[in-house]
Amino acid sequence: MASIAVDRTTTPRIGAIHGLRRVGLVVAGIAVFWALWEGYRWFGETVGITWPFTVDATNMPHIHDMLHALTEPLQPGGPPLIQLEWHWALFTAKEAFLGFVIGGLVGFGLAVLLAHSVLLRRGLLPYIVVSQTVPILAVAPMVVVGLGTKGVTPWVSVSVIAAYLTFFPVAMNTLRGLLSPKPRDLELMRSYAADRRSMLWKLRMPASLPFVFSALKISATASVIGAIIGETPASIQDGLGGAIVNFNQYYSTGPERLWATNIICAALGFAFFGAVVLVEHFVLRRAPEHVV
Amino acid sequence: MNDRPAVSIQGVSKHFKAGVTALSGIDLDVRPQELISLIGPSGCGKSTLLRIIGDLIDPSEGVVEVNGKPASQARRDHDYGIVFQEAVLYDWRTVSKNIALPLELLRWSREKRTQRVNEMLRLVELEGFEDRRPWELSGGMQQRVAIARALSFDPSLLLMDEPFGALDEMTRERLNMELLRIWEASGSTIVFVTHSIAEAVFLSTRVVVMSPRPGQIADLVDVDLPYPRTAETREEPRFFELVTGVRERLAGRGAQVEPELLEDAT
Repeated sequence: MASIAVDRTTTPRIGAIHGLRRVGLVVAGIAVFWALWEGYRWFGETVGITWPFTVDATNMPHIHDMLHALTEPLQPGGPPLIQLEWHWALFTAKEAFLGFVIGGLVGFGLAVLLAHSVLLRRGLLPYIVVSQTVPILAVAPMVVVGLGTKGVTPWVSVSVIAAYLTFFPVAMNTLRGLLSPKPRDLELMRSYAADRRSMLWKLRMPASLPFVFSALKISATASVIGAIIGETPASIQDGLGGAIVNFNQYYSTGPERLWATNIICAALGFAFFGAVVLVEHFVLRRAPEHVV
Repeated sequence: MNDRPAVSIQGVSKHFKAGVTALSGIDLDVRPQELISLIGPSGCGKSTLLRIIGDLIDPSEGVVEVNGKPASQARRDHDYGIVFQEAVLYDWRTVSKNIALPLELLRWSREKRTQRVNEMLRLVELEGFEDRRPWELSGGMQQRVAIARALSFDPSLLLMDEPFGALDEMTRERLNMELLRIWEASGSTIVFVTHSIAEAVFLSTRVVVMSPRPGQIADLVDVDLPYPRTAETREEPRFFELVTGVRERLAGRGAQVEPELLEDAT
């Protein structure tokens, strides 16, 4: 049967070239953004643009000033800002990660539950959707205060807020993934007289994984945003959210610091996203082995 | 060899919603170790009949027995393996793992699974491809994996629903030969749905000619070509006579290929 051709989709070599090209594109993207920012600023200051906002050093600090702010100490004799940012980022990352894990597990569990019963789907789904229409800013204080009276550490409450943003995309996408097997896939299982459990483990769950991962990518960044927002009502000063509130108050005298913190927030979100992409690459290539 | 039919179909009819009658009054006995083909134009209910034998859908009327048991019991007892027109391999599993899927469901031990998978890989001549992913294989190879999977747990009956219908002519003819070899090696009974007259005649001990709307058995043709059949068989005068015979019987009932009313074939 040697005459039957085998198609190979990718080789490692092509993969490496592909990866290099992607890194190049990211660098080019940053360069373009930088040029647009500085170009608009230069143009705006020259011709005096006032709409939608006045272009000046307060509203649009130079990017190099933002980066420079990271190297300066916050107080005379203190450590450079970047060092503080690093600690804040780690703290927020801790909250976000716990929130990501809780949200992911709750979302996945919910999806499995919903996949098994049309009745539950009809009854529960509207409430899940409604839960996401309530503004996070309204929910956050309630969670912090409510859990606080039960003796929960404030940063864990923040994780719960992050989980609140995380579980929804996971639940929705996982549900879709669990229901994605085609009639033939199901018929095959039926021909083996497979029970519901085997159907779930051998077919629905593995089939849902690509959907789960696209949800986790959304959730990765959402969990970071949830953690940052959650720190505000919890009055947590140790994370990026606290820093943002702080720098907001001193915006007119030092806008670069807020912007610098924004860059750190973006970097953190990106790191979370990247971690999920990495795991996806690993897991989906070597698909789950559900050995009995 | 016993006298009990491998598959016994008595008075089977199938009505779908919207008043469409897919099958009407089907009576058929499939003998053990027979390779029987169901042939007919689109919409004659041949795939529907196969699914009723496999207890994947219920007949509206009539009884189907497999190995002397109701079809539903036979399905639960894993009496048959099935191969569809598409290979229906699970993407997240390697070739080996796809073949092992029914064995996992039957809770075979890992050693037994590995051993059987290797036997099946040898049977369908796919040694060296065990760790490949389905999408890395050609259509013909994918279908061979599907056959290996269907036979892995040694069912006495193999149901095949136009398994080579999506393949090119050359691959199809080669797989026809392979299927005969596998059939002889495994000693199983095969019910084979096809719309290729040449394929039906080449493979089968008997050909069931079906006519459409409602799906009925128009004729039964005994194929008296000796086994083992080879590439030369296709050039024998008797082969052409039988092909012509089947074609005339198909045409005799005014069977023309019409747009499918029932989504049962593909």
